Amino acid sequence: MKARVHITLKNGVLDPQGKAIQHALSALGFDGVDDVRQGKYIELDLQETNPAKAEAAVEEMCKKLLSNTVIENYTIEIE
Amino acid sequence: MKTAVIVFPASNCDRDMIVALEKITGHKPHIIWHQDEEIPPVDLIALPGGFSFGDYLRCGAMAARSPVTKKVIEHADRGGNVIGICNGFQILTETGLLPGALMRNESLKFVCKDAALRVENSDTPFTNAYSEGQVITVPVAHHDGNYFADDETLKAIEGEGRVAFRYVDDAGQMTKASNPNGSRNNIAGIINRRKNILGMMPHPERLIDDVQGGTDGLGFFQSMINAIN
Repeated sequence: MKARVHITLKNGVLDPQGKAIQHALSALGFDGVDDVRQGKYIELDLQETNPAKAEAAVEEMCKKLLSNTVIENYTIEIE
Repeated sequence: MKTAVIVFPASNCDRDMIVALEKITGHKPHIIWHQDEEIPPVDLIALPGGFSFGDYLRCGAMAARSPVTKKVIEHADRGGNVIGICNGFQILTETGLLPGALMRNESLKFVCKDAALRVENSDTPFTNAYSEGQVITVPVAHHDGNYFADDETLKAIEGEGRVAFRYVDDAGQMTKASNPNGSRNNIAGIINRRKNILGMMPHPERLIDDVQGGTDGLGFFQSMINAIN
């Protein structure tokens, strides 16, 4: 099965890249963008066939490597 | 003082560190490749600057999970001294040996210049040859040196005197203009609670000989000699 992991910066953590994207959008004439937060998207192909076990495994992966929980949050979708 | 320098793929300040440690201790450090399974008994392990594993995923993330790093953590847990310079600091935060994280510079630009640092705590094995409040000039060269810790962690670090160095202007004042990367509270380097681990973004190993333009980094190494010998 497939796992999709989104990693985003926690609220309160400054995101200078998001700010730069926002400025660039504004310079291109895309008005009305109040804020931009950028992050990472990771796709995993798993051998596991049990969704609950797959999610638990990916959760461990997020805690141990995929995200830095000091600054980042993660969400997991299993399909 | 017996020392070891850990070399990861894409470390690039390892030679500077080796030269500095050899000059100051009189002994060549053990050079430990990241796949080596053992680190000989030493007084100090140095994690050098660079871009270990190409900064993939996050700076220092891969190196922090590398097998040799487990040995570094064991050494630190036994009370052994560890320093992490630049990428080494990023690795130390990724292992959790030091709190916080190093994020992309606020300017989004790679910063390479001399930075004035104020010694905030001279009662550590890494700073005792300096005096408190002394301003030294040490080069910085990084893209991800923006020190972040949440409010609670920052309060603890500050309250326990664990800021070793802070970015200041030439007069020793902490200003926004003197902060090269957006670090919270202008933090350039911190120590752990037990005072045996230090991480810093600036490069003292690049300023140990007049031919390098100055010797402000010598005190950093002299401090460790004072503490360990």
